[in-house]
Amino acid sequence: METRNLTCINCPMGCALTIEMENGEVTSVSGNTCPRGDAYGRKEVTNPTRIVTSTVRVKDGEADMVSVKTAQDIPKGKIFDCVRALKGVEVQAPIHIGDVIISNVAGTGVDIVATRNVER
Amino acid sequence: MKNYDIVIIGGGPAGLAAAVSARQSGIDSILILERDKELGGILNQCIHNGFGLHTFKEELTGPEYAQRFIVQAKELDIEYRLNTMVLEVGADKVVTAMNREDGLFLIQAKAVILAMGCRERPRGALNIPGYRPAGIYSAGTAQRLVNMDGYMPGREVVILGSGDIGLIMARRMTLEGAKVKVVAELMPYSGGLKRNIVQCLDDYGIPLKLSHTVVDIKGKERVEGVTLAQVDEKNKPIPGTEEYYACDTLLLSVGLIPENEISRGMGVVMNPVTSGPRVNESLETNLEGVFACGNVLHVHDLVDFVSEEAAAAGRNAAAYVKSGKDGASDAKTPVVAAKNAVDKDTREEMAQQDTGAGSEQEIELVATGGVRYTVPCTIRTSHMEDELKVRFRVGSVYQNCFVSVYFDDERVIHRKKMVFAPAEMEEVKLTKEQILRYPELRRITFRIEE
Repeated sequence: METRNLTCINCPMGCALTIEMENGEVTSVSGNTCPRGDAYGRKEVTNPTRIVTSTVRVKDGEADMVSVKTAQDIPKGKIFDCVRALKGVEVQAPIHIGDVIISNVAGTGVDIVATRNVER
Repeated sequence: MKNYDIVIIGGGPAGLAAAVSARQSGIDSILILERDKELGGILNQCIHNGFGLHTFKEELTGPEYAQRFIVQAKELDIEYRLNTMVLEVGADKVVTAMNREDGLFLIQAKAVILAMGCRERPRGALNIPGYRPAGIYSAGTAQRLVNMDGYMPGREVVILGSGDIGLIMARRMTLEGAKVKVVAELMPYSGGLKRNIVQCLDDYGIPLKLSHTVVDIKGKERVEGVTLAQVDEKNKPIPGTEEYYACDTLLLSVGLIPENEISRGMGVVMNPVTSGPRVNESLETNLEGVFACGNVLHVHDLVDFVSEEAAAAGRNAAAYVKSGKDGASDAKTPVVAAKNAVDKDTREEMAQQDTGAGSEQEIELVATGGVRYTVPCTIRTSHMEDELKVRFRVGSVYQNCFVSVYFDDERVIHRKKMVFAPAEMEEVKLTKEQILRYPELRRITFRIEE
């Protein structure tokens, strides 16, 4: 039996959720005041994911840095592997929104893509 | 002197959305003046995601959100000038600006849209004792250094204030390898959105200390550490609760202030609560044909609402230009005298002046009982669109309460909400039809009730 305490982020109420688990299965969610809290709590303890955003350096561009993100959300536990993979990366201008900067970052199957345009 | 129908001051999200909407409302002659080297404003440094859920029904990063509007503005051939600083706007709508190519130049506008945004409250406004060492940054400055210049301001960080930019920077600095030790917030509640507390602090095990403030900064050349203390209900530090944190960087995320120097110089009447202009239903200031939108009007937490508000300002400015009331051929437009302090008497006096000038009586919007302010401040039913969103903020956290709207003494809206928080902007929709049912209506009051 494992208990996890989370804050629900669906609305400003910020319900304090208590999620009880047994062998990786959610047995109960309490503390929520609406069904969205229940759904959020279950997802957060079984498969939490996040979009990761960062920047990488640009060579010969009108800007020094280009902002990037994971094209989809990745498992929360992979966030630091993802930013480590971005360390030291330098790309050549021009770069456009959606250009793939790293494919399959940290073995997640998700690409890192540019989120701004940097012309030469 | 060049002439434009609409001059927009600021090319951030508000200015861009206002320009696009004014063009779509049939105005060809539009100019955006932007002081930075690119359009997009603060969105360019907000590389995190979460923008656009309302506008585009997808989650974008700041630069992507800005680009959507920049593309629209370019497709619509909207003129803009970058690296251009507006120095002054006269009440006659003559804009004085300068840049390296054109030097100092003047533009006569028929309508002006104020979209200058806001800036961060600095250390000087906080009364923190101690030396002035290097290593103290406002959170937005640190954000620009990290995200645009590729420079890390420090390695061991304490953040004062739980505004959204501070929370976002706690995560950003952590991802870049810094150790963020603590976020201290003076108030007993967070100044930022719930989802930012969870995804920027809880995800990375960064503690948030509510009712805490910085009482001392150690270090003469460079920050060496800060001392936090708990505060009582009067925000005074409680002796004996001091805790020392060694750090090389202190980030401040302690509030945003609309940037209204130009507005004040024109004689725009300000609302002391928002530090932004007092506007009517058209988002028009006391100066006819001068409109305001976005963070220069009141500080928003979601850019989607900035875009929506700015689009309304653009439509209204277009309607004003088309009405031909700008008096471009006349020497002077009649304007209500600018007053710095807007007390009750002044407002009544202004309303009387309006009546005297033959215009209709305005309905006054009153914020009280937990509601800190409303935007707009007044409504002229003749200029109202079918639906008007009144936006406001509350003064503290209220749970299981109602927002009530009174038309004079009659309560016409009574809507329950689980929670109201100062960090989250609220809105109430009023319809023209609803208001026209009360022909003698003088005052609409907004309050929070149990």
